[in-house]
Amino acid sequence: MSQALSVPHLLGIKSLTESDIQLIFETADEFKSVINRPIKKVPSLRDITIANIFFENSTRTKLSFELAEKRLSADVVNFSSGNSSVKKGETLLDTVNNILSMKVDMVVMRHSSPGAPHFLSRYIDANIVNAGDGTHEHPTQALLDTFSIREKLGDVSGKKVAILGDILHSRVALSNIFALQKLGAEVMVCGPNTLIPKYLGNLGVKITSNIREALHWCDVANVLRIQLERQHIKFFPSLREYSMHFGLNKQLLAELDKPITILHPGPINRGVEITSDVADSDHAIILDQVENGVAVRMAVLYLLASIRQN
Amino acid sequence: MSKRSLLHSRLLDITVSRLAQQLVEYHYPFENSVLLGMQPRGVFFASRIADKLEEILGHRVPLGKLDVTFYRDDFRRRIKPIKANTTEIPFPLENKRVILVDDVLYTGRTVRSALDAMIDFGRPAKVELLILIDRVYSRDLPIEPTYVGKHVNTLDSQRVLVEWKEQGAKEDNIWLINKEEA
Repeated sequence: MSQALSVPHLLGIKSLTESDIQLIFETADEFKSVINRPIKKVPSLRDITIANIFFENSTRTKLSFELAEKRLSADVVNFSSGNSSVKKGETLLDTVNNILSMKVDMVVMRHSSPGAPHFLSRYIDANIVNAGDGTHEHPTQALLDTFSIREKLGDVSGKKVAILGDILHSRVALSNIFALQKLGAEVMVCGPNTLIPKYLGNLGVKITSNIREALHWCDVANVLRIQLERQHIKFFPSLREYSMHFGLNKQLLAELDKPITILHPGPINRGVEITSDVADSDHAIILDQVENGVAVRMAVLYLLASIRQN
Repeated sequence: MSKRSLLHSRLLDITVSRLAQQLVEYHYPFENSVLLGMQPRGVFFASRIADKLEEILGHRVPLGKLDVTFYRDDFRRRIKPIKANTTEIPFPLENKRVILVDDVLYTGRTVRSALDAMIDFGRPAKVELLILIDRVYSRDLPIEPTYVGKHVNTLDSQRVLVEWKEQGAKEDNIWLINKEEA
């Protein structure tokens, strides 16, 4: 019973096959049981060193990756651009090559430029895991979102998933669309017209700017944050107005004929895209997503590392 | 590919009975003893042993499943990675007499990883090893079984294949296969 991923790097969900995703899920199931044991650690990656290179801020993703690495017994080095030579004018390739000269086997990278990990993968030998590249992809987030849906509803295939909010600036949205479609789910996006990319319809997703329509249609709602830090012009008049038209609240959910599962990749802006009573309700699996994030990232790192190095 | 049968259904049943009797001799009344089958095929063998013990004792001896994939020492050294299986140990191992069960003992490396994996669940009072087929003189590590179904003298170029009915085989059979003629 041997199986391997079809790719040496996790650059995006786009480059994965459905069976890759299923293999990651099945491996993550076993790691989830490992992290619920008294001893939450296995020695698999004890001869591997992983560099977490974060050119953009992150709390949860970085913490989750670091925990995953430590629970696999890997050696971990961390790097954030805030206090580094990047500020002194070093190129990305030079920075990473310097780190790799210190014998690092895998690189987990977040970067503000879309395609940065793809660029690196052409020049370096280490396995690369994309931890978010600009507004492009955030593959491990999509994997943990779909893993959490699978855990809650039994299967992803055949489910209807609505992605609500700032689609234009969201790497989570794009990765989720790819992952959900590969697993056989239907996707609808919902947000202000200004925050929906022009050619998104080409991906075969339904598009609406009516939150009621999206909620009535879906089994699962994945609520995204408004990424003000990436918005350099006004896309909507005010947060208050956004919240009135696109915020998820208890009244909206009470109108539905069935309960829906609520996801949020965090960080939550309570009272903007989601109200507290919804975020803290039984139908929200936001904290399960965080727990599953560690197991899914363990699975990704484990499977990438297991590809034989000669 | 030439293959030779080492044990098949009827003889195998006799061997399982003998091993179960041996266990009864040392572990009766099984107050503190548990069976731990190693994934994937050791689990089938362990449940046969558990069934036989139930016939003899009239009660079920606790049976767990142990997967050692994450503890192997050949990670990144194999051509193809191994897929992980479920570990399911529905009882504490602390101070238990553990009977570790696997179908074939060859280099001893899997058993080494199993000992590591087991320690993560607690500190057993005693660990014994029950093996169906012992490929003698081929150990890489100083590991020897406590109970053996059959000793077999093999070459490195040969492989022992165990087929269980539970896996979909027509009947239980254990084969010795010559690899280079494949």
